[in-house]
Amino acid sequence: MVNALASEGEVVYEATTNGVWFVEHAWVVVVLPLISSALILAFGKRTPGKGAVYGIAAVGAAFLFSVGLLWHFVEGGGPFEASIDWFTIGPLHLELGILVDGLTGIMLVVVTAVSLCVHVYSLGYMHGDERFTWFYVVLSLFTAAMLTVVVSNNLIQLLVGWEVMGVCSYLLIGHWWEVKENSDAAIKAFITTRIGDVPFMFGIFLLIAVSGFTTTNITEIAHEIGLGGVSPLYISMAAILLFGGTVGKSAQFPLHVWLPDAMAGPTPVSALIHAATMVAAGVYLIGRLFEIFLLADHWVLTTVSIVAAITALGAALLAIVQNDIKRVLAYSTLSQLAYMVAGLSLGEVGLTAGFFHLFTHAFFKALLFLGAGSVIHAVHSNNMSDMGGLRKSMPITFWTMMIGSLALAGIFPLAGFWSKDELLVVAEEEHVLWLFGVFLLTAVITAFYTMRMVLLTFFGEYKGHAQPHESPRTMTAPLVALAAATIGVGLLGAPQLNAVFGQWVFFEAVHEAVFVPWIALLSTAGALLGLFAGYTLYKERKAQDPLQAPMGPMWNVLQQRYYIDAFYMRAIVVPVRDTWSGAVNWFNQTVIDGAVNGAALAARAMGQVVAWFDRTVIDGIVNGAGDTADRAGNVLKYLQTGNVQWYAVGLFVGVIALSVIFIRFV
Amino acid sequence: MIRLPLVLMFSALLFSAGVYGVLARRNAVMVLMAIELMLNAVNVNLVAFSSSLHQMSGQVFALFIIAVAAAEVGIGLAIVILLFRTRESINVDEVNLLKW
Repeated sequence: MVNALASEGEVVYEATTNGVWFVEHAWVVVVLPLISSALILAFGKRTPGKGAVYGIAAVGAAFLFSVGLLWHFVEGGGPFEASIDWFTIGPLHLELGILVDGLTGIMLVVVTAVSLCVHVYSLGYMHGDERFTWFYVVLSLFTAAMLTVVVSNNLIQLLVGWEVMGVCSYLLIGHWWEVKENSDAAIKAFITTRIGDVPFMFGIFLLIAVSGFTTTNITEIAHEIGLGGVSPLYISMAAILLFGGTVGKSAQFPLHVWLPDAMAGPTPVSALIHAATMVAAGVYLIGRLFEIFLLADHWVLTTVSIVAAITALGAALLAIVQNDIKRVLAYSTLSQLAYMVAGLSLGEVGLTAGFFHLFTHAFFKALLFLGAGSVIHAVHSNNMSDMGGLRKSMPITFWTMMIGSLALAGIFPLAGFWSKDELLVVAEEEHVLWLFGVFLLTAVITAFYTMRMVLLTFFGEYKGHAQPHESPRTMTAPLVALAAATIGVGLLGAPQLNAVFGQWVFFEAVHEAVFVPWIALLSTAGALLGLFAGYTLYKERKAQDPLQAPMGPMWNVLQQRYYIDAFYMRAIVVPVRDTWSGAVNWFNQTVIDGAVNGAALAARAMGQVVAWFDRTVIDGIVNGAGDTADRAGNVLKYLQTGNVQWYAVGLFVGVIALSVIFIRFV
Repeated sequence: MIRLPLVLMFSALLFSAGVYGVLARRNAVMVLMAIELMLNAVNVNLVAFSSSLHQMSGQVFALFIIAVAAAEVGIGLAIVILLFRTRESINVDEVNLLKW
C-alpha cells in the first residue's frame, strides 16, 4: 500500500519542501491511531497501564507526523492528492485516497494535538474506571475516524469516517451507561445527528450523480460542476442537503439539542469530541466542499448565515443561565461553532477567518473543558453551586482556565481575540452588517457568561462538601500545554505578523488579512463590557441568580432551553414512539418473532425425528456390529489354550486338509 | 543303487516319527529333537530326488537346511535353558500362560 500510494500519486503542484515526504505519506497519520485502537482492544488488558500507552504513543507519533506535514505548507508547498483503487460497482469507481492541502494540514495538527492532550489527561481523569481500556479503544478509534474525514479525497471515504465518529461519540457519551440519563443522552445524540446525516447522504448522492455515477472524488466532482453544465438549482439542492450534515454534526439550530446532553459523557470526551474535533467536522465539511456552496444559488449561503446567527446568539443566551459548568461550555461551543459556520457563509474571504476561529477555538475550548474536568474531578459535582473559591486549592487549574476564559472572551493578545477580530473584519468587508452585529452582540454575551463561570467556580466561598485538591500531573500537564498553545496560536493569524495562517488555509487565492483598528477596539470594548457586567453581577455570591428577578418569564424560557427539547419530545419523540414505534414493536414481537419461533419449533421437531433415527437405526447398526464381534470372540477364545502342541496339531491337520483338497479337487 | 520309492518310504516314516514326537512329547528337548527328525526326513527326500534326477540343486538345498537346522537348535536349546531357569521345568504343556 505504501508504494502504491506513493507511485500512483498525482502531484497536483510540483513541490520540493522538507515536509513533502510527510505529505505524500499522510495516510500514516490515519493508520497510527487505528492500529493503536486494535492493539488496545487485543492486548490492552494484559499490558501494564491497561493499554493507554499504545494510544498515547500512536497519537503522539501522529502529532509529530502532522507537524512535519504542516511544515510543507509553512514552506509554501502546494496540495497533494493520491489514491488507490478500492472497488468498482458498475461504472462507479471507488477509491481510497488522500487529499492534503493547507486546510488538511491545520486540521491534522489540531486533531492530533487535542487528542494527544486528551489521551494523556484521561490517564488521571479515568484512573480506576472499570472500562478504562475500552475507553482508550474508542478514543483511538475516534481519532482515526476524524483523521479519515480530514484526509479523504472522496465522498464515500469521508462518509465512512463521519459515521464511525458518530458511533464513537455514541459509545463515549454512554460510557457510564448504568445511569439512565447517560444512555438516554447517547441515544439522543446518535439519533439527532442521524437526522442530519440523512440529508447529508442524499447530498452526496446528488454530487455523485453529477458525474454520471462514475466517481466520488471531490476534486473531480468540483471540476465537473465548475464546467457549468449543472443547473444552479441542482447545485443548491446538493449544497443545502450537505449543510444538513453540518447542522447535525456541528450541532447547529435546529439540531443543536444533542450537544448539551452529550455532556453526560466523561469530560475528556467532551473536550475532544464535543468541543474541539468532531463538532468541527461539520465546519470542515463545508470548507472541503466549498466550491459547491459558492456555485450554489445565493440563498444557500444566506440560509447558512441565518442558521448560524440564530445558533450563535441563542446558544450564548442559554449559556448565561446554566448551573452545570459543562453545559455552560457546551452552549458556548454551539455558539462558537456557529461563528465558524457564519464565517464560512461569508464566502472565500470568510473561509480563512472561519477556519482560523476553528483552529484557535479547538485549543482554548479543549483547555476549558479539561479545566472544567479537573474542577469536577476535585469537587465531584458538575454544578457551579457546589463550587466557588477553588482559586486557592487548585492554582494550576485556575490559571490555565483563566487564560482559556480570557481567550474565549476575546481579550488581546490571546487566541480568541485574533480569530473573532478576523471574523468581524470579514463581515464588515463583505458588508453583511447584520451578521457583524450578531457577532459583536454574541461576543459581549460570551464575555459575560465566561466571567460568570469563572467567578462562580473560582472566587467567593467554597459551597460544596468534598475536599478540593489540585489534580494529578497527568491532568495538569495537558492543561499547561493547551494554555501555552492558547497564548501562542492566535499570533499565527495576527495581521501585524503577516497572518501566516491565511497563507496556509485559503480558497483559490490568498487574501491579505487586514487589521482594522476601530473593529479591534470595538470588539475589545464589547468583551470588556461583558466582563465588567458579569463581574458586577456575580462578584458577590447570592442564593438566587441576580438575573432571575429582572428577567422574569424570560428566565424560565432560557431554563427550558426555549422549550425546543420539550417540543421535540412532545411533537416528535412521543407521537412516533407511541404510534409507529409501538406498531413496529408489535409487528416485531408477534409476526417476526412468531415466524422465528415457529421456525425454531419446526426445527426442534425435525431434530427429534432425526435424533430417534440416529439413536435406534444408526446406533443399532454400529452397536450390533460391536456386539456380534464381542460374542464371536467370547466363543472362539477357548481355542487359544496356550498349549503350543495343540496349535501344532491344528497346523498339521490344516496342511493335510489342504493337501487333500488340492490333490482331489484342484 | 537303492530304488527311489524305498527311500521315499523311509523319509515318510522318518517325518511321521518327527510329527508324532512334536505333537506327543512333553519334554521340550525331545520336541526339538523331533523337529530335527522332520528336517532330516526332508533332507533325505531332497538328496534322493537329486540323485535320481541327476541335478545338484537338491543337495545344495540339503546343505542349507543342515546349516539352518543347526542355528535353530542353538536358539531352541537356549530358550529351553532359560525356561528351565525360570520355571524349574521344561514341560511344553506347562508353558501355557499366553491364552485367553
